[in-house]
Order: sequence, then C-alpha cells, then structure tokens
Amino acid sequence: MRRTLTVVFAWAAAVLLAGCGTAATSGGTASKPTVEKSLILATTTSTQDSGLLDELLPVFTRDSGWQVKTLAVGSGQAIELGRRGEADALLVHSPAAETEFVAEGSVGSRRLVMHNDFVLIGPKADPAEVQGTSSAEAMKKIAAAEAVFISRGDESGTHAKEKGLWSKAGVTPDGSWYQSTGQGMGETLRVASEKAGYTLSDRATYLAQRGTLALDVLSEGDPGLLNVYHVIEMTKKAGDLVRPDGAKAFADWIVGPSAQQLIGEFGRAKFGQPLFIPDAGKDEATLGQ
Amino acid sequence: MDVLFNGLVDAIRLLLTGDQDSWSITALTLRVSLTATAIALLIGLPLGATVALARFPGRRIALAAVNTGMGLPPVVVGLFVTVLLWRSGPVGGLGLLYTPTAMVIAQAAIATPIVVALVAAALQQVDPDFRVQMRALGATPIRALAALLGEARLPLLAAAMAAFGAVVSEVGAAQMVGGNLAGQTRVLTTAAVLATSRGQFSLAIAFGLILLLIAFAVNLSLTLIQQRQPVLR
Repeated sequence: MRRTLTVVFAWAAAVLLAGCGTAATSGGTASKPTVEKSLILATTTSTQDSGLLDELLPVFTRDSGWQVKTLAVGSGQAIELGRRGEADALLVHSPAAETEFVAEGSVGSRRLVMHNDFVLIGPKADPAEVQGTSSAEAMKKIAAAEAVFISRGDESGTHAKEKGLWSKAGVTPDGSWYQSTGQGMGETLRVASEKAGYTLSDRATYLAQRGTLALDVLSEGDPGLLNVYHVIEMTKKAGDLVRPDGAKAFADWIVGPSAQQLIGEFGRAKFGQPLFIPDAGKDEATLGQ
Repeated sequence: MDVLFNGLVDAIRLLLTGDQDSWSITALTLRVSLTATAIALLIGLPLGATVALARFPGRRIALAAVNTGMGLPPVVVGLFVTVLLWRSGPVGGLGLLYTPTAMVIAQAAIATPIVVALVAAALQQVDPDFRVQMRALGATPIRALAALLGEARLPLLAAAMAAFGAVVSEVGAAQMVGGNLAGQTRVLTTAAVLATSRGQFSLAIAFGLILLLIAFAVNLSLTLIQQRQPVLR
C-alpha cells in the first residue's frame, strides 16, 4: 500500500521537478525578453491563416534578432490590445478604426504595408444572382432574396468592411438569413461552404483554402473592395512595458525591401498569383488603380 | 471520409518520420499538461484530504464549491489568468503571458478542483472505522493517513487521470494564455484548431490522433500502477 503511494508521489514529484527544470529555462527565456529582444505583434487572422506570417517572421528574427510573439485576432481586438499596451506592433486592415486609433495619440507611426482585395463569394448555384454585379448591388440582391449570408461578426477588418458594404447598399441585414459566426476567416469560410451561404473574404485566405470549399468568387474588382494593411507602432504612452524599439524594428523591416519582396512573391508559386501586393512607400489613394 | 483516412495516414507519417515541429508540439503538450497535473496533485491531495476528513464550519459549502470547480470552464480560467498576467495586470512585469509557464498555471488551476473533489470523494468512501482501527492499532496520525490513502489508491489514481485528461484536451485556456505561438506555446489542441482554420483537415486529425495516443500512454502507465496487486507487509 505504502509502495503504491510512494510511486504516485514519486511520479508527481519527478514530473514536477522535470517540469520546473524546463519551466525555469522557459521562464528564463520568457523573462529575458523584457530585457532582451522579444516583441508582441497583434495581427489579423488573414495573415496567419494564409500562411504569410510563417514565411515572413523567421526571416525577420534572423535579420534582426527580435523574437516575435504573434497574436492572430481580428483587427478590432488587435487595436484594443495595442490601446491597452498589451502589444508592441499591429499589422491590421481596418482603416477607419485605425485612423480613429491614431488620433488617440498613443501610436508612434502608421505605415502602408500591402494590399489585396476582398471578394464576395457564394455557392456556385448563386440563388441571389449576384454574379458579376458590383459589391453594393450584390449586397442589395442578397438581402432582397434573403439568401443565407455568413458574417464574421467579430469586429475584424473584414467585418468592418462588410458592415460598410451593407450601409453603402442601404440595407440593414436582419433576419434568419443573416448569420454571424464570431470566428476567424478560415472558420467562417467553412461555415459558408457548409451552409451554401454568401460571405465576404479577403482574397488571400480564400485562395489558400479554395480547394476545400464549395464556394466561388461572384463579385470582385470593385474599388470599394480594397483591403489595405498598415503596420502600427505603439509607444510607451500605451503602457510602461511596451517595447517601442521592437515595434520600430518590425515596422521598419516590413516596409523594407527584403520583406516587401517576400510579400510580393508569397503564394505566387502555389496559386499562380500573389496573395498580397507590396505597397510600402506608395500613396494609399493610388491603390487599385 | 477520405479526410479521416488521410488524417490517419498523416498521423502515422508524422509519428514515423519524426517531423521536428510535430515532435516539439507533442513534447510541449506532455510537458505542460504533466507539470500542471503534478502541481494539481501536490495541492489537491492535502486539500482533498482536509475537506474529506477534517470537521470545520462551512465544510459542506467547501465541498460543494470544489465539486462545482470540477466543471470550471477552461475559457473562464484562461481569461482570468490572462488578465492577471497582462502587462497592465498585477504580475504583468514578469512577462509570463504567452509562455509555457502561463499555460501550466492555467491548467493547474483547471485540474486542482478536479483532484480535490475526487480525492475528497475517494477518502469519504473508505469505511470510517478504518481510521479508528488504525489508531487503535497504535498508528501515528500520519501513518494512519498514509494507510488510508493506500486504501483509496484506485480512486486516487483515477483522480490523477481525470485531471490529466481534462488539461491535455482543453483548448480554451491554452489558446488564451499561450497564444498558440509556433515553436513556443503551440500544443496539440491549439495546433489542431489552427490546422482546421487553415483548411488542413488531415493535419488537424493527425494532431488529434497523436493527442489520443499520448493520453492513452499516460493513462496506461497510471492504470498499470493502479491495478498492481497491493503489497502487504
């Protein structure tokens, strides 16, 4: 009896010691970053779900020595994390919310990084007959037909764009045909595909997952569908523990020539077209022309 | 259905080829969840014994509270730990958020009530006369308690398995406090969620199968200890 008990305690103690050992080393690397070079990047699900960050971040770490902790959340949450000083740099695509945020004064700088576009996608059968129409027209038709529309509903950049399109179409989406997932782009595409619904997606996430979806692009190419990404540096005004040096290193790097080239090449081999178009240094007003 | 089959093939391939990323994700999963379970046992055993055996005012309320704690939603624990560990939180200066240590803290918080409640239940079902007998035979209180724990070893090991099962399979807290950082805090559950949202279903299923496999391995070793014939001396 005692032996069994001893075994249990020995097991617990051994695991705990092993755990402490590793926890201590990981704690070591974790507490060092406050002295050492580690920054928190809050970004959108599209940059993670499309695989872009997996391509970029290892190169940034190699070039600069900065470790990056990436939080892939909606743009709304990313901005909120920046506001609270919980993130050092933001890579987001919700221009209206960003401009408001910059006006609050805790932001160091906001620079144009890249763009792609949103596409309105839906089932091949296209019950609301939106194929080839402009985005505002398509939204009107979907609402009139009460065809299933799957919204992100998570205050992300894509959700903000979708709300903008509804108001441009003069429609307040409401009713059982309008459904909200509250999840990221990948999950939302999946729901739309299963429910044969329409949804708005950034082109990169859609292309990266097209193979597993029963959805087609139905409306695209309208200037109202541009999807523009900016990098935002946070400052100590947002919080004492913010690392403006890390934020600056990341922002400078991602608008620099090597990162811009990687962005331009990303996805070209796999999809036959780039998923993002690098835009550093351009004037935002000239995009999509 | 071919997704399930491909997932199985992928899982076997990942296990056989020793894909570096999958190994480190699996190792981290084991390290975090076993550490959290061990902490929960070290805290939970004495607490559970106290609630079961001691007589103090509010004991029944304490018992009801730990029983409720068995159903503690990982997301709630995750949110609570995240807020505590935020830079703007009370211990934000330690920089623990998005580290394996933070995940151990959250998972230990999830597992401890499970251990306390199951230990309390296990000790209460041992015949109360047993302790009286032990004392009558001249055992010190410590020896008596040790004998009691030995008597209840089957449910006690079940408590360890339940705690490990709860933490190794949870995704809410691991995602929130760990952040699912590649190579740093990505565990099997969060990796499976990410693979799913990227449309890589076979990979997601492969992670799921590896998770089942390691849960089985851990439970098998505990069951072997549990089912061993007691050695009477």
